[in-house]
Amino acid sequence: MSMIIKFIVASIASGTPILFGTLGEICHEKVGHLNLGVEGIMSIGAVAGFMVGYRTDSFVLALIAAFIGGALASLLYALLTVTFMANQNVTGLTLTIFGVGLANFIGYYALQHSENGTLKLPENITAQMRNVSIPGLSNIPVLGELLFSYTPFVYIGIITALLLGYYYKRTKTGLNVRAIGENPAAADAAGIKVTKCKYLNICLGGGICGIGGAYTIMIINKGVWISDCVGGLGWIAVALVIFATWSPVKAILGSFVFGALRQIRYYMPNSIGISTAIYDMLPYAITLLVLVVTSVRMVREKSQPAACGTNYFREDR
Amino acid sequence: MENVKQKSSREALLHIIKRQEMGKRQATALRFGALLLALIAGGVFILCMGHSPFGVYRTMVSGAFRSKMAVQATVRNMIPLLLTSLSVTLAFKMRFWNIGAEGQMIMGAVFASYFGLFHSDWPHAVLIPVMLLAGIVGGGLFGLIPALFKTKFGTNETLFTLMLNYIALYLVVYLEDRPWRDPSSPGYAKFAIFGNNAKLSKVFGVQSGWIIALVMLVAVAVYMKYTKHGYEISVVGESEATARYAGMNVKKIVLRTMFLSGAVSGIAGMVQASGTTGTLSQGIANGVGFTAIIVAWLGRLNPVSIFIITFLFAVMEKGSSVVRSTFNLSEAFASVLQGIILFFVLGCEFFIRYRIVARKRGGKTEQ
Repeated sequence: MSMIIKFIVASIASGTPILFGTLGEICHEKVGHLNLGVEGIMSIGAVAGFMVGYRTDSFVLALIAAFIGGALASLLYALLTVTFMANQNVTGLTLTIFGVGLANFIGYYALQHSENGTLKLPENITAQMRNVSIPGLSNIPVLGELLFSYTPFVYIGIITALLLGYYYKRTKTGLNVRAIGENPAAADAAGIKVTKCKYLNICLGGGICGIGGAYTIMIINKGVWISDCVGGLGWIAVALVIFATWSPVKAILGSFVFGALRQIRYYMPNSIGISTAIYDMLPYAITLLVLVVTSVRMVREKSQPAACGTNYFREDR
Repeated sequence: MENVKQKSSREALLHIIKRQEMGKRQATALRFGALLLALIAGGVFILCMGHSPFGVYRTMVSGAFRSKMAVQATVRNMIPLLLTSLSVTLAFKMRFWNIGAEGQMIMGAVFASYFGLFHSDWPHAVLIPVMLLAGIVGGGLFGLIPALFKTKFGTNETLFTLMLNYIALYLVVYLEDRPWRDPSSPGYAKFAIFGNNAKLSKVFGVQSGWIIALVMLVAVAVYMKYTKHGYEISVVGESEATARYAGMNVKKIVLRTMFLSGAVSGIAGMVQASGTTGTLSQGIANGVGFTAIIVAWLGRLNPVSIFIITFLFAVMEKGSSVVRSTFNLSEAFASVLQGIILFFVLGCEFFIRYRIVARKRGGKTEQ
């Protein structure tokens, strides 16, 4: 029993950085921009969050820095794809190469200039980013552990997902955003400010990705700087967008499933003896299956926004 | 429409209009301008890090050529990048977003490695062609799968090929961990090294893959420019409807081209395994398939430009490792610089295709 609870708790924690990346990517895709730069944006968020946390010793400031770092990286993407109408795939991939490179470069530089050859977040901040414990609630047996034993990131992630779900489903702006993602020309004709909307949502998405990046360095690596700290989670996040069929709320469940797939190897009895590679491959294989099934069944509701991947040039209408 | 706009806002101050075709010389000048700006931006970045930009750039270039061994390493870096760039070029020309060169390259390497690992007793003259063929089949089939789903169900090929990259990668990890694990190696899992018969011989001190790469460069250039197939690819890329109206079998063209695209990446995998690493490995592609997309785009899908850009990228890669030892800067500088260059070039493409005109007094737009 306690094993199962431990597994669930670990799965939720392990899915959280993916959740942030996925939510950010959903924000991008909803306005019709497929961004393959999630990995890079998360890296930039990670390095921004880490460096500010290292200097200021404040968890909140570090989170804000991670958000701003991710948003700025996305701003670059938005400038190139929205205003300059550059190819989205190429811009996104460049952002990944650039972002991962920049994070490693800055990290290496800071490492060379640190006193003892390691970079570790100071005590105060590590205490703040550790598991939240709510007096009374966290002590309830089973339930306390299942619901109230996580790092602040987990709660921020779930709240963000719920808010985004509400935003895209129930608010006027959110519906406008979805209209842009499906058909920007029609949205423009209806008086929606397409360019402004795209910029805002892309930057918002980038900021959310950035927080996911901060998670990788603060929690997964326990606040010690290493190169390539995001380590491919950004790509799993892109996969999860498909798995969650472009819905922020379903992304919560999806991130839990993906997190479980990342954790299950540690809970399997050794006698079963499945190669760890199979566990690593599963998220992608399942995503591929979802992608194929949705396209075979042609479920419009559950597929990528129609204008995704193509840029909108107003005078071309 | 007009009414809505008038109510909400006046006409915008700046206006973007499509250009008539820009002169080739002017376009080239603009691109070089962008490159120069990128180098300046990179220089400012280096300056912020407290080093001289000229010194770093000089070291980067001279580092790639400082010795015979450095030159050989630079050329060795070029081979897989050139092949995969050509591979994605075939697909991109058809507007088929094959992001999967990485996975196709890995599969080519896997198929070729089967013979390299388990049939290395075959004579060299037989084994190498067989491995090459296996690489072509492996990469080609892996390119064919997304094309099949695309033509049959309209499955998004960008996402499909992206997923396949990771499936291929973890397939290699699995093979290394279990069935193809080297039994004679104690400790952690790894592949056995190929027998000598399965290794590409060296020509001028570099694995002979460079000859294969050059042959493929010419072949792809000729195929795209002078054959019926090449023409069909560009028509499908311009407009599928036109192609269909002209009586072309679009489905067949897409399937065929994606097999070829995958096959060229497969060759890259075979050459890398047999020539450079001497066996299969998890890092066999190491992101080359992704960089290839950038190279193909920078080269505007022109094989000659792609060759030049591959060379520049290889110099940057090799040079950065020298920069690391000389200036104590991370090797990641190559990625940063590549990113900056591409951002500027992507931005400058806009000014080649469009121009910005200001609204004249009185709200009328200048034509």
